[in-house]
Amino acid sequence: MQTPPAIELIGIDKRFGAVHANKDVNLSVAQGSIHGIIGENGAGKSTLMSILFGFYAADKGEIRVKGEPVRIKSSTDAIGLGIGMVHQHFMLVEPFTVLENVILGAEGSAMIGPALSKARSELTRLAHDYELDVDPDAVVGELPVGLQQRVEILKALFKGADILILDEPTGVLTPDEADHLFRILGQLRDEGKTVILITHKLREIMAITDRVTVMRRGEVVANYETKKTSVEELAEAMVGRRVLLRVDKGPSRPGEMVLDVRDVSWRDRKGVLRVDSVSLQVRKGEIVGIAGVSGNGQSELLDLIAGITTPSAGEIVFENSVYGPDCTPRVLRGEGLAHVPEDRQHRGLITAFDASESAILGWHWSEALGESFHLDREKVINRCKEEMEEFDVRPPDPLLKSAKFSGGNQQKLIIAREIKSNPDLLIVGQPTRGVDIGAIEFIHRRIIALRDAGKAILLVSVELDEIRSLSDRIIVMFAGKVMGERPGDADERDIGLLMAGVTKEAA
Amino acid sequence: MLEILFSPETISSTVRMAVPLIFACLAGLWSERSGIVDIGLEGKMLAAAFASAAAAAYFGNAWIALIVAIAVSVSFSLVHGYAAINQRGNQVVSGVAINMLAAGLAVVLGNEWFREGGRTPQIPPEAQFAVFNLPFMSSLTGIPVVGPYLNVISGHSILVYLAFIFVALSAWALAKTRFGLRLRAVGENPHAVDTAGISVARLRYQAVIIAGILCGLAGTYLAVALQGSFVRDMSAGRGFMALAALIFANWRAWPSMWACLLFGYLQAVGLRMQGVKIADFEVPVQFINMLPYVMTVVLLAGFIGKSIPPRASGIPYSKDR
Repeated sequence: MQTPPAIELIGIDKRFGAVHANKDVNLSVAQGSIHGIIGENGAGKSTLMSILFGFYAADKGEIRVKGEPVRIKSSTDAIGLGIGMVHQHFMLVEPFTVLENVILGAEGSAMIGPALSKARSELTRLAHDYELDVDPDAVVGELPVGLQQRVEILKALFKGADILILDEPTGVLTPDEADHLFRILGQLRDEGKTVILITHKLREIMAITDRVTVMRRGEVVANYETKKTSVEELAEAMVGRRVLLRVDKGPSRPGEMVLDVRDVSWRDRKGVLRVDSVSLQVRKGEIVGIAGVSGNGQSELLDLIAGITTPSAGEIVFENSVYGPDCTPRVLRGEGLAHVPEDRQHRGLITAFDASESAILGWHWSEALGESFHLDREKVINRCKEEMEEFDVRPPDPLLKSAKFSGGNQQKLIIAREIKSNPDLLIVGQPTRGVDIGAIEFIHRRIIALRDAGKAILLVSVELDEIRSLSDRIIVMFAGKVMGERPGDADERDIGLLMAGVTKEAA
Repeated sequence: MLEILFSPETISSTVRMAVPLIFACLAGLWSERSGIVDIGLEGKMLAAAFASAAAAAYFGNAWIALIVAIAVSVSFSLVHGYAAINQRGNQVVSGVAINMLAAGLAVVLGNEWFREGGRTPQIPPEAQFAVFNLPFMSSLTGIPVVGPYLNVISGHSILVYLAFIFVALSAWALAKTRFGLRLRAVGENPHAVDTAGISVARLRYQAVIIAGILCGLAGTYLAVALQGSFVRDMSAGRGFMALAALIFANWRAWPSMWACLLFGYLQAVGLRMQGVKIADFEVPVQFINMLPYVMTVVLLAGFIGKSIPPRASGIPYSKDR
């Protein structure tokens, strides 16, 4: 007898007001398989999984779990059916220990004592079976993200999940940690568990899944057996047109030095050395990429170069003049430095502002926008309109609130603002975090065009692929230090090791 | 001077002054550990004080007075809960509204019912709580020096003992029970609780109801046990002092008790220092009364380090993030 699919979704439909998030979605996930769901941001993947996990109710459609029609009205129902979910933003109580997090919602009795000891032995078993080691008494908030994710998986398994949904699980992991996660998922599948992997990274789909479903604008547009498809085919299905996955770029022609960072260190308020004697140079006409796992001092380095913070030691030279004590971001902008900050929502724009207002932030003092203290609204709007046209921001409405744009379009708005200022040096943090493939392609092209126009670019990204496809030189940071420099076409393994703090000498 | 600071009477008075603080502080503890900021402790306590005094005067029974007070206090809690949980309103605004409402309502109703300028009639002794004498205590008082101090733990109203029992109970329930675990979790990360299949709203309502009950006890103790009647604004900032104690104690039960005892001690000393002169200089009572607040600021600023509130406190919960 054939085993029924672990999950069957039939004709699922969901609207949020005017947004049609899921249109008549059909999906079938075989038991004991790893099934990928891929699509751009806003394609409806997360909504679909939230329906499956009881977070939202579908307007129409039927859900079957292991062949049985079910109604999932809450997470409790989903958990009861053996469905576990590892959310993109972890659902952990940070001051709690691992054990406390694991038993939350599955305490069994009014007293937590018995559940705690049961969880302790269960965790030992799971650690042994699936390489899921984690100290049960550690405080979760103090664990690195990779381990926090393991706690999420343990939570689901402890509650008896045999269908595990993972939403963008690798966004926060190093390549090594991601490999470890995939090994764990592989073992879970071999034990007969079903894994649903939601991602927008094509490489992960190819590496680990058995089957893949592609979603676009709320619809399922294709189903493939992973072995029989290719990255190109998937990308085309996702975006709905052909996409260039690797950016075409010619050789760089580095010119004179624009930025010279000399032995710069920075301590945070607690006295912790976050940037440790970093030296680097950026020349005209080249892109220098800083690779590293998030939290290894890259963000702090960007802040130092942007003039937001002041080095504790060392000096920064921009266009032959050393940063003085009065080197504020505004002064530096005036001298030709543009900055696309890492945190788009908090630093890149003001979400409550109109797009046109967000589009002048940092340049609002410019005489081109109005005389003295006066801001000429018409000029502001017209300027924004032009930028939107040139950078393909959708919808091209300067009066729409910044918050209403998708991540990719917000980013295009910011990049337009910074590039249009005609800078000598552009520093960019995470240019494509949370941005759709289509927009990524566009942003990458613009960055390369800026380089080819003879400008200097310093790029920080946690996406190794992005660093490798854009950079002419790659600098790897770990624990605040520069671990080494590699050419733009360096081997991925090699850079991955440096990102983990392993140098050739030590390895 | 010294005999005031360390006399058995002062210590005994410390315990009595600390009790309403302890009840209110525990109320704040339960509410805020669930993520609901409760600045309306003061108002709930005052409303309960008025309700209990009025009920005691009318029914002539302390226990009925307590039940009425708890009912009134819990209904105020539920208003706060509705504003904070269902309507996702600003919790500070809602708390302030409760404080103002209680202060005004008590005087208006008191005036209408008793016509004594907002006061309630003196509660007859038979309508007050019985004094509870611990057994064996009388035989111990004979011991020199220590004897009188041992006596401070005996001869109080039953509510005094209840307050200390509730401290132990709260500490235990938060640490060891399923309810406590979930309640702590919902104050730190309600999303985690929701995805674990537990109702955030239900937990938070349970917490504000507990806070209401405890404020009811605080108010009843104030009016029926300590004062013997209701006078306007009789809570006199104790709700805020309890909040200070809560911050001071870093939102934990046993340290809350110690903080309240400390503040109670300062109040007790303040009462006894009235008119006392140090080297011909009369210490202003206001100076002593100021001490709990000054201490909170000074100690938090420098000595005990950072006090970390529950992470989700004051933030209305909504599913999407």
